[in-house]
Amino acid sequence: MKEITEQSVTITTEKARQMRRNIISMLGQAGSGHTGGSLSASDIVACLYFWEMNIDPKNPGWEARDRFVLSKGHAAPVLYAALAEKGFFPQDYLNRLRKLGSPLQGHPDMRKLPGVEASTGSLGQGISWAVGMALAGKMDQKPYRVYALLGDGEIEEGMVWEASMAAAHYKLDNLTAFIDNNGLQIDGRVEEVMSPLPIPDKFRAFGWEVLEIDGHDHRQIMQALNTARTVQNRPTAVIAHTIKGKGCSFMENRAEWHGVAPKPDEVEKALAELS
Amino acid sequence: MDKQATRDAYGKALVELGQLHDNIVVLDADLSKSTKTADFAKAFPERFINAGIAEQNMVGMAAGLAAAGKVVFASSFAIFATGRAFEQVRNSLAYANLNVKICATHSGITVGEDGGSHQSVEDIAVMRSIPNLSVIVPADGVSTRLALFRLYEQPGPVYLRLGRPALPLLYKDDTDFQIGRGIELRQGRDATVIACGGMVSLALEACRILAEEGIQVSLVDMHTIKPLDQDLIIRKAKETGAILTVEEHNIIGGLGGAVCEAVSENYPIPVKRMGIEDVFGQSGKPDELMQYYGLTVDKIVQNIRLLLKKK
Repeated sequence: MKEITEQSVTITTEKARQMRRNIISMLGQAGSGHTGGSLSASDIVACLYFWEMNIDPKNPGWEARDRFVLSKGHAAPVLYAALAEKGFFPQDYLNRLRKLGSPLQGHPDMRKLPGVEASTGSLGQGISWAVGMALAGKMDQKPYRVYALLGDGEIEEGMVWEASMAAAHYKLDNLTAFIDNNGLQIDGRVEEVMSPLPIPDKFRAFGWEVLEIDGHDHRQIMQALNTARTVQNRPTAVIAHTIKGKGCSFMENRAEWHGVAPKPDEVEKALAELS
Repeated sequence: MDKQATRDAYGKALVELGQLHDNIVVLDADLSKSTKTADFAKAFPERFINAGIAEQNMVGMAAGLAAAGKVVFASSFAIFATGRAFEQVRNSLAYANLNVKICATHSGITVGEDGGSHQSVEDIAVMRSIPNLSVIVPADGVSTRLALFRLYEQPGPVYLRLGRPALPLLYKDDTDFQIGRGIELRQGRDATVIACGGMVSLALEACRILAEEGIQVSLVDMHTIKPLDQDLIIRKAKETGAILTVEEHNIIGGLGGAVCEAVSENYPIPVKRMGIEDVFGQSGKPDELMQYYGLTVDKIVQNIRLLLKKK
């Protein structure tokens, strides 16, 4: 059990704020990309990279490292912000998001950028990668843990449930999947487009330990991670209730901010709110 | 002549490789008895993962295992491995350039009685068009084994196309088998047959029949469809002036398509493609189906004669 201190929460909260600022700036410069779902996941990703995970930016290929798979690959900016903040690559890489020849592809490319564990973007596939990584860890009796982050729209993909079945079948207690439950997908509210609800019941029925938290409350995120580490013989799903566009008032809870980058004046307004 | 199905040779070679290398992991999707990965599962149960009837997740898990350092062999029937899981092969394996070998059995119409839904006639075409991915179609059990050993040594994603029926053994264990290098089984100046998979032994028979009449035909076992041995194709085009391609696959996009691309851009000569003529298969005994769809020694002989008239 890792101790959750005032200091650790202060650190991750500050990292999340900085990551959100970088997400806004890089998307503003790129002129396209996925803003809402990057902001909704920022607190979860900040807690993983700056509290939970055992990783070494100087040695990204370290065999015993924990692994994070961004299954909702379109939220690449949140991953890039975390990796840059952690020191996997220079901060100025962020200025080249989505540009020709850039290691920061529109969706994460493990062959182009250190620290990216999986080339994702086609929804539903990342969770299968995470299951494979967790299987390899079990096979080799290595103590590393595997984390995946999925969108609530993403779980409409059938493959997610194939992977979920396999994770429970192979008793992968070294796997924790966060569901960024911001309630919105491109075409609108998830329950209106194609309801995946009730999400907790589905994962429970598939044999997972299920936790429900406020995905913006760092103490709750850390507590969930602590709990997941104690669960045995089954994977843990953390259903994180989040707000799409969190941190920028004019983006919050608006589906139209799914795949749109802020314009210069909006960048300014957002950064002011995140200062 | 001794016979062996390429899937049987695959199953045995996997066990051999498993004994040599601890980092090999084998996946299957509830077809291990048919694909012959069951041999490996029995020998190394801790390194065998059954994905159940879930090919997409099988390929996704293969990606994760490979990303964690494993050399992964994943099997199912050709139709499911390349069709059902196409986009997983494309995005999770090939795009990420991972060390996963998709070894699919039951390709083509020789699946037999299960019928058209289970007979892949387009798998070479779709796999061949994916960047980073190599495509291998061995002609017999010996070369299947040799291919597997080569593939282990060569990191990267591969599609290995295997079959259900027993095929004559054409090679010896010490054959120089190189990925990307076609094998010249016969030399002749009148025409060239380029074949792959189970069609190679039929083509060999056809060449022998024609030789008795004094028609000398070259035969190439083009076991690697990608990367294609363009140098050999161009050399044979120059030497013989006419090429017949033979494959148990749609004439669109497979070996025939690949050879036409190489020939038309480099040294245009008459090429005839033999294969499944853009139709789906159906139920029947493998031999009956080969007769019905015209994949026979007689047809190969006939097509070579027609081709010679076009020279």
